[in-house]
Amino acid sequence: MASSGLELLLVSLPQLGRGAAQTLAISALGIVFSTLGGVAYGVLASLNRRGLNLVLRVYLELFRAIPVLVWLYLLFFGLPIFFALSIPSFWCAVLVLSLWGSSEVGEVVRGALRSLPLGQREAGLSIGLSAWQLYGYVLLPQALKRMTPPTINIYTRIIKTSSLAVLIGVVDVIKVGQQIIERTYESVLIYGVLFLFFFFICYPLSAASRALERRWTHA
Amino acid sequence: MSFDVAFILSTLPAFLKAVGVTLQVGLIAIVTSLLVALVNAAILVYRTPYLQRVVQLYVELARNTPLLIQLFFVYFALPSLGLKISGFAAAIITMTFLGGAYLTEVLRAGVEAVPRAQLESGRSIGLSEAQLLWHVILPQAGLLSLPSLFANFVFLLKETTVVSAVAVPEILYTTKSYIALYYKTYEMLAVLTLICVLLFLPLSLLLRYLEGRLQHGQFGS
Repeated sequence: MASSGLELLLVSLPQLGRGAAQTLAISALGIVFSTLGGVAYGVLASLNRRGLNLVLRVYLELFRAIPVLVWLYLLFFGLPIFFALSIPSFWCAVLVLSLWGSSEVGEVVRGALRSLPLGQREAGLSIGLSAWQLYGYVLLPQALKRMTPPTINIYTRIIKTSSLAVLIGVVDVIKVGQQIIERTYESVLIYGVLFLFFFFICYPLSAASRALERRWTHA
Repeated sequence: MSFDVAFILSTLPAFLKAVGVTLQVGLIAIVTSLLVALVNAAILVYRTPYLQRVVQLYVELARNTPLLIQLFFVYFALPSLGLKISGFAAAIITMTFLGGAYLTEVLRAGVEAVPRAQLESGRSIGLSEAQLLWHVILPQAGLLSLPSLFANFVFLLKETTVVSAVAVPEILYTTKSYIALYYKTYEMLAVLTLICVLLFLPLSLLLRYLEGRLQHGQFGS
């Protein structure tokens, strides 16, 4: 059993690797777009324009109220019907993770920007910085320390949530695992490996987030 | 594209039942998670030797892996070890595994947030450890962790949609079944969205209100 299990793992590695590449690609794209979208959201929210705030608030509440898995089905089934737009399940997963992640990262960025002393903004404006310069050189760099630890935490949630892509038909690491189980019936081994696969990606990130938080916020 | 209102009305009893299942899974999981977390938090707070390490390992394992993998492990892998369980039981077990870990952290953080001076003053006026826990630590820790606790309850309730993957007939599974049977995709997605908004949006707003109130209580407005 033990040796045959190990053998199965070695034989399955290339196949599992291809699935893992899909999972990691979805996660990585989701993380990149969530970061970009989140910074945009946070900056827009910090401008304090009433109409804009309302739009952002509705966007946030929709992504808080409706679970990510429901969003996946809504866009996967809904886009073809409502917009005659058929996107592959891979990109559907990336899209949903990015939209959801942007709202989560965005709230963190907004909070970090708001925590800065008002004098920073006023001083920047009074020496004639443009809005881009103000955010790029003064506000965002200072907010970086406060927003990095919780943002890394959101990254782990994006990676964990990418597992849901299998439910709309992405051939990710879980689907590949299920295919191997159908052939070999080694469900404990394969699901154990999948469990550890996610753990060894997410744990270092969680630990880093905690370490940074301790170093930066309690200093 | 027509909107079949009569069809939606005919599915309402089934969706009402599905909301019941969602609430049932969510509420049971919240209670069991809370029980697991109380025991674990006590072990962590009192630094029980050995057990403390076990709880820490459990919390890290549960928090750094996806609910879906945990669910599939319990539902598909455990039977091959001779443990056959229903989808409903697998859902409760898995969500307790996940929720227990999150709530453990919340409760531990709540207790640790009680200022040290509170404990020292309690001891100095001669309170016993039990009195200290009951009259000094728990009321303050409870209040401090209330928003996080509530946030995690809402999180768990929303996570119940994931257990649709093992055929628990909650709202998402019911939606999928109707789409597969009658191809009324448009109508069923609308119903699902509406249910989510009605069910989760008020909770989400209430949570924001609670957080605001606590902050107000601590720091003034």
